[in-house]
Amino acid sequence: MSVRPAAGGWGAEGCTVRFTSARGVVTALSDISLAVPRGQVTAVVGGDGAGKTTLLRVLAGRVTPGSGRVSAPDAHDMGFMPSASGVWRELTVDENLEFVGRAYGVRGARLAARRRTLLERADLLDAADRLSGRLSGGMRQKLGFCLAMIHEPELLILDEPSTGVDPVSRVELWRMIAETAATGRAVVMSTTYLDEAERVASVLVLDGGYALYAGDPRNIGSAVPGCVVRGAAAVVAGQAAWRRGPETHAWFAAEVPAGSEGVADPDMEDAVIALTLAHDARAADPRAAT
Amino acid sequence: MLAMIIKEFRELRRDRRTLAMLLALPVLLLIVFGYAANFHITSLTAAVVGPGAAQVEQQIAANPQAAGHLDIVATDPSGDVAAARSYLADAKANVAVYVGGAKPVVYIDGSSLFAAQSAQVLVASLGSKVDSEILFNPQLKTSWVMVPALVGLILTFIGMLVTSIGLVKERQNGTLEQLAVMPFRPSAVIAGKIAPYFVLAAADMLAVTLLGVWIFKVPFNGSPLLFALGGAIFLFVVLGLGVLISTISQTVGQAIQTAMFVLMPQILLSGFIFPLAAMPAGVRWIGYLLPLTYFAKISQGIMLRGAGLSSLWPAFVILTVMAVVAFGAAVLRFQRSIAPVRSRAGRSPGGKLGDGTAEQGVEVLKGATP
Repeated sequence: MSVRPAAGGWGAEGCTVRFTSARGVVTALSDISLAVPRGQVTAVVGGDGAGKTTLLRVLAGRVTPGSGRVSAPDAHDMGFMPSASGVWRELTVDENLEFVGRAYGVRGARLAARRRTLLERADLLDAADRLSGRLSGGMRQKLGFCLAMIHEPELLILDEPSTGVDPVSRVELWRMIAETAATGRAVVMSTTYLDEAERVASVLVLDGGYALYAGDPRNIGSAVPGCVVRGAAAVVAGQAAWRRGPETHAWFAAEVPAGSEGVADPDMEDAVIALTLAHDARAADPRAAT
Repeated sequence: MLAMIIKEFRELRRDRRTLAMLLALPVLLLIVFGYAANFHITSLTAAVVGPGAAQVEQQIAANPQAAGHLDIVATDPSGDVAAARSYLADAKANVAVYVGGAKPVVYIDGSSLFAAQSAQVLVASLGSKVDSEILFNPQLKTSWVMVPALVGLILTFIGMLVTSIGLVKERQNGTLEQLAVMPFRPSAVIAGKIAPYFVLAAADMLAVTLLGVWIFKVPFNGSPLLFALGGAIFLFVVLGLGVLISTISQTVGQAIQTAMFVLMPQILLSGFIFPLAAMPAGVRWIGYLLPLTYFAKISQGIMLRGAGLSSLWPAFVILTVMAVVAFGAAVLRFQRSIAPVRSRAGRSPGGKLGDGTAEQGVEVLKGATP
């Protein structure tokens, strides 16, 4: 299934994944493509059930898509951090590193060196003897990252690494993620935090298995059809609106209503909400497609 | 408070295991203690051996009281005392009567505790017309009969519970997912996960057997090698059951609950507390489906009667079939949980439920929601 990419990185192309559940056939991914180039962080964004985890599992080889192509390195060159951090709670930090290291053939002096580097960067050196089950959520996620990185993989797949992590640990985690990409590795991560998605090189926004946007996060505003308005005009009966701080924002499929103030360039959060609303509107009425 | 009660009932309704426990356990206990729990054995199997065998058989048949209690399974006029004893060692009869000396001698199999007690009553009613001897467990000690079967019960308990807990934890913590993407062969993951429990359970078996022999002075008359072989086969059955339990449990609590369901009938219906021979046929067949029934036969046979493969082979064969089925199914189910999940092929949005991919689909959906 794994094929070497032509150049520059890994990814998935036109992948569709369907599962059978108690509710019938569920489309988890619908014709999704994702490029994961070397040397940068790629983020998959979306709410619960958007298909983020399924897409990462496709890349990791845990889900075989019904159609589409996947290019990913061999298991030895891949690091995977599941959303539950993938840490063995009844083992200490050191024992976790040793076990995963040995599984990837990292032992002896190399293991000792990797251990030191990773624990130092994760600020976990003092916790090396502690049971992983006793670590705080943030520390455990950082350990999960270290485990995924122990063998210096070419492709690093992180499933919601920062969910439930305190702000300080989140900063440390992000520093480690950015440093990893800077050394020329391909990093793909999923997140529900849009501020995180704003800082990566490339983002894929998913909703219900569909791609709403793919590309540079700084250009997402221009991909929004219709317009986002704010202020008093946003409060219109029957119109879906959302709060941003003290303000109310709303999305209109057509032009800006008279006498209201349009948001010139919607930011990530506005754009993702507007794109979701636009997608829902299209799904409800296919003729109104923009 | 009403809100609290309604909420509790709603939760209970969805917790099928607890519900099953509430409904099935009373029924099971009622049936077992109402019908099956019977220490009193009314019918004994008997072998009549020696030159006067045919004559004695006729006497027994003519005596309505004896005929009602004794079921003659073999008449062997050419056999000697050793032949009479071997009927008991091979568990072919509860009592063997040797008719060749001055007085008939009744040999009683002491390894079947309750049958032996019935036989004692019968012999006592005959007064001084016969001599009797209890073989294998002359003092009819309960511990001698219990300890060999307890070895099996302890193995079932530990093997099943510890294995399923170990595996469910791996699933619950999300580390099974981690193992699945690591460069291990599926066979290495399975073997690496189960081998430690096999070793631990085997060590436990050795310890319990040695302690039983040492503390309770239970004899060990048969071949330790054959005992070890039986134990190993039995271990595959219980470890297989443990893995199967783990694949249908999401939490440690559920695994323990399910294990209790498998364990309860083994305690009550495997014949090690209540003799199978005293159960009505309607309940007895359950006992014949339980692995512990056969291991108890093997361990009691080897330890107390010094029985060999020539008489124990049916139990070995049945246990081996159980091991192949349980362990095979366990390996397949476990392998599937770490193998890549295949998407449904095709592009048509329709689909039917329960078309084979259902379970895989459910598993993925579970994985997809953190």
